[in-house]
Amino acid sequence: MQPDDQAPAALQTAFGAALLDPDLPVPDGVIGPHGKGAKRRFAVYRNNVTVSLINALADIFPAVQRLVGEEFFRDMARIYLTQEPPRSALIFEYGGGFAAFLERFEPVAKLAYLPDVARLERAWLDAFHAADAEPLSPATLGTIPPERLGDVSFTPHPATRVVSSRFAAVSIFSANREKRPLDDIRPLDSQDGLITRPHYDVQIRTLPPGAAGFFNHLIGGATLGAAAAQTLEQNPDFDLPSAISAMLDAGVFAACSTDATSPE
Amino acid sequence: MAWSAPTTPIVGTPRFPDAPLPPRAGAGLKADHIDAILADDYRIGFLEVHAENYMGDGGAAHRALSAIRAEFPLSVHGVGLSIGSEGGIDPAHLERLAKVVERYEPGMVSEHLAWSSHDAGYFNDLLPVPYNAETLDRVVAHIGQIQDRLKRQILLENPTTYVAFEQSTMSETDFIREIAQKSGCGLLLDINNVFVSATNHGWKPIQYLRNFPLEMVQEIHLAGHAEDVDDEGEKLLIDAHDRPVAEAVWKLYEIVICQAGAMPTLVEWDNDVPEWPVLRREAMLADAVLKRLGPSALLGSRHATG
Repeated sequence: MQPDDQAPAALQTAFGAALLDPDLPVPDGVIGPHGKGAKRRFAVYRNNVTVSLINALADIFPAVQRLVGEEFFRDMARIYLTQEPPRSALIFEYGGGFAAFLERFEPVAKLAYLPDVARLERAWLDAFHAADAEPLSPATLGTIPPERLGDVSFTPHPATRVVSSRFAAVSIFSANREKRPLDDIRPLDSQDGLITRPHYDVQIRTLPPGAAGFFNHLIGGATLGAAAAQTLEQNPDFDLPSAISAMLDAGVFAACSTDATSPE
Repeated sequence: MAWSAPTTPIVGTPRFPDAPLPPRAGAGLKADHIDAILADDYRIGFLEVHAENYMGDGGAAHRALSAIRAEFPLSVHGVGLSIGSEGGIDPAHLERLAKVVERYEPGMVSEHLAWSSHDAGYFNDLLPVPYNAETLDRVVAHIGQIQDRLKRQILLENPTTYVAFEQSTMSETDFIREIAQKSGCGLLLDINNVFVSATNHGWKPIQYLRNFPLEMVQEIHLAGHAEDVDDEGEKLLIDAHDRPVAEAVWKLYEIVICQAGAMPTLVEWDNDVPEWPVLRREAMLADAVLKRLGPSALLGSRHATG
């Protein structure tokens, strides 16, 4: 029984805390009807919350689940969700901290590529829900006089994400999403992944050396000239024409401009 | 303050045809069913979506819902506004709901008598509130805030509950009636929730329906439930939405339609979702009840938007 002077606002605080911690007792004031117990009844809410959030994480991170196995994944997700319950009612945005959690979670320390696979899966879903925008067409870029190309800057497409990995995370992600075996993948090869959604289907591809840095410079607002110069300085073998071609093909950007203040 | 039927936007051209929910069966929209629904000769009366699933900025989900909305009446059903929350309505979430409503111009907007968010986070479940004066004031204020922002009436759905509160001083039906009277909201009667809660709390479902303000109901929900047991080893029903509507719930539905007349009736199936024809079969069963019992109803045949 609650003391009479107990602040009423404490009810949902206690209820919420007990939902996420099965070691806590049924909150004060929560009862069964006609003098019945409330333990199993309250456990229905605990189960609803836990199972629905585990299911949400399994939907968002299917490749991670396939890599560690369903039972292990669900136990791991249960630990994660008590540490980081969702902050908003948009469940498709959940799990932003899951990759960092996997980095700290000792039982998966051997699977060093796992956090980057989770990053790719989170980026994939961000791209899926990103705003619609027409990708920049080669014709639009073609209207810029050759002598001004170095001054061009770009507006990123809302779906574009670059995920760089010290492991073959893109190949591992793709093989798991397509339910293919991992036999031919060398996990210690580093890979950069580019995620785009030129129209409605999310695309993922691995980038050649230097391209991730090049795109990141452009996404950060650098002009084509500056981005190319910086990239070539770090990576003399960088293939600029094929990077520009891949950029148009993948729909990395939505618009370009030679006026640095307002790309159109 | 009382709100009438959905208002037409003053500025701008509506993107979709005006489409109130008809007094027919509708179905909860699942992504896997969209192509089958659009291709089906059976034209379902309306479709209902969880608002939160369409709060992303763009992409395939919005493209699919636009295709559905162009051909069918739509109901937007929120699950995340947390109307019973002690911490108030999240203004950002209300803005997101307003954006969905502006984008799709639905025939109906509804939410739950429940809470789901707290400082600790979002629990992704519809959690119960005590029925007393304090909760009443809070819920009425929150519904007012929502209706003011959306510039339209919303419907409030009766909950499924598994526990009760020592702090409760009113019956659920009195509590819901008073909310509707004070806030001007309409009601969504979930008959599966009535059956599940009645079983769980030892009420008689018929008595609950007798006490429920049927004249304020503008939409009905039907769904399937699962069975568990409570601490005493007695039956505890779970609002699972994972199977066909139970026979006992169909019986209560017939009683409600006899009493209140035909009205939009949604069949929900959210877990272990079957192929479209299985859900369609449930919808056709509801259509048959509406056709058979609606015209001779005691309260007379009513228009969907009251």
